[in-house]
Amino acid sequence: MKKAVIGFGIFGVYLIYSLGIRHQQPVIPKPADLLSSSNTKSGGSTSTSAATSNTTAATAAPPSSPPANSSKYKDGTYIGSVADAYYGNVQVSVSISNGRITNVKFLQYPNTHSTSVYINQQVMPYLQQETIQTQNANVQLITGATFTSQAFVQSLQAALNKA
Amino acid sequence: MGMPITVEIVGTKDQAPFDKLFGYFRQVDRRFSPYKEQSELMKYNRSEGTAKLSSEMEEVLALCKQTKEISGGYFDISRSDGTLDPSGLVKGWAIDNAAKILKSEGLSNFYVEAGGDIQTEGLNDQYEPWIIGIRNPFNLQEVVKVIKLSGQGVATSGTYIRGEHIYNPLNDHRSPSGVSSLTVIGPNIFEADRFATAAFAMGKKGISFIASLPGFEGYQIDNIGHATFTQGFKAYVV
Repeated sequence: MKKAVIGFGIFGVYLIYSLGIRHQQPVIPKPADLLSSSNTKSGGSTSTSAATSNTTAATAAPPSSPPANSSKYKDGTYIGSVADAYYGNVQVSVSISNGRITNVKFLQYPNTHSTSVYINQQVMPYLQQETIQTQNANVQLITGATFTSQAFVQSLQAALNKA
Repeated sequence: MGMPITVEIVGTKDQAPFDKLFGYFRQVDRRFSPYKEQSELMKYNRSEGTAKLSSEMEEVLALCKQTKEISGGYFDISRSDGTLDPSGLVKGWAIDNAAKILKSEGLSNFYVEAGGDIQTEGLNDQYEPWIIGIRNPFNLQEVVKVIKLSGQGVATSGTYIRGEHIYNPLNDHRSPSGVSSLTVIGPNIFEADRFATAAFAMGKKGISFIASLPGFEGYQIDNIGHATFTQGFKAYVV
């Protein structure tokens, strides 16, 4: 739970930071492009779907420094677009009160091990990575893509020639 | 089936189970071979789907249809010329059936392997789980991971040996790219093999598909020797 709180805290900092940055940029997305119909109050703010980059900005802005133009945000709850975080989708909602972010909720986040088998669902499997290394252990048998004899290759080629 | 088959049974000198098993594999080959003109499959394809089917063929075709649905269309035995080739499922299905034959004979410590797909049962002659190496797709003499199995099946789909041979029906008939080999551990070899085939056709997304299947683990090696594996895979690593 503590990790989740810290995680939300970091994410919140990033949101504040990114909202601030957005307002320094010449092109500000129109609310209508970003917000869904579930605004609880009249829109006028931006929402964000930061997906995987939240950790990179963790130290960019201290928690105590609100964005300079935070008053431009109108109060309400806004839902961000769905962002592809490679292993699943991320979607957040952000609540603004008195021009400040008061809450960030993850509507979709890649952390469930689904029991469904359909590939098009929102699923975040836990995946790990490594560089392959040759092993010297004795093995009794080997799994690999089909080992084929030369005869089989010829047979296959013959079949392919017919195809 | 045009590929080597190995069977090891612990604690028996009886030849009969081996004979029975290889007889079964020959029967499967006669029925399902896409290379034998007189196989039931080839006759069926020539009849354009009108020939009467054996119960085994009906079962396999139904399982292919089910696998296609579960995999979101990535597992597809339909060929561009309108014929069917269920080879991507038959091997695992046949190994699984062979293992059931051995079990029905009262045998409980063995493995059945065909073309790199393996069903394990019980323990080896050292009273340990069966020790299996995952072949290095870049050097076929090498093993890059060693796993131990007892009761599960393991299958590997890859681009080596035959080249990129697994057909991706959703990708304009081009081969999937980015993945050199995908090894799948499943509750049995039938399940492991069919989902390894389907997931491999998905390219780099394949490992995520495997991770979404309860009871399955996977080890995927990309084209530059980087592996991505599911969370539970480590439990099988020696």
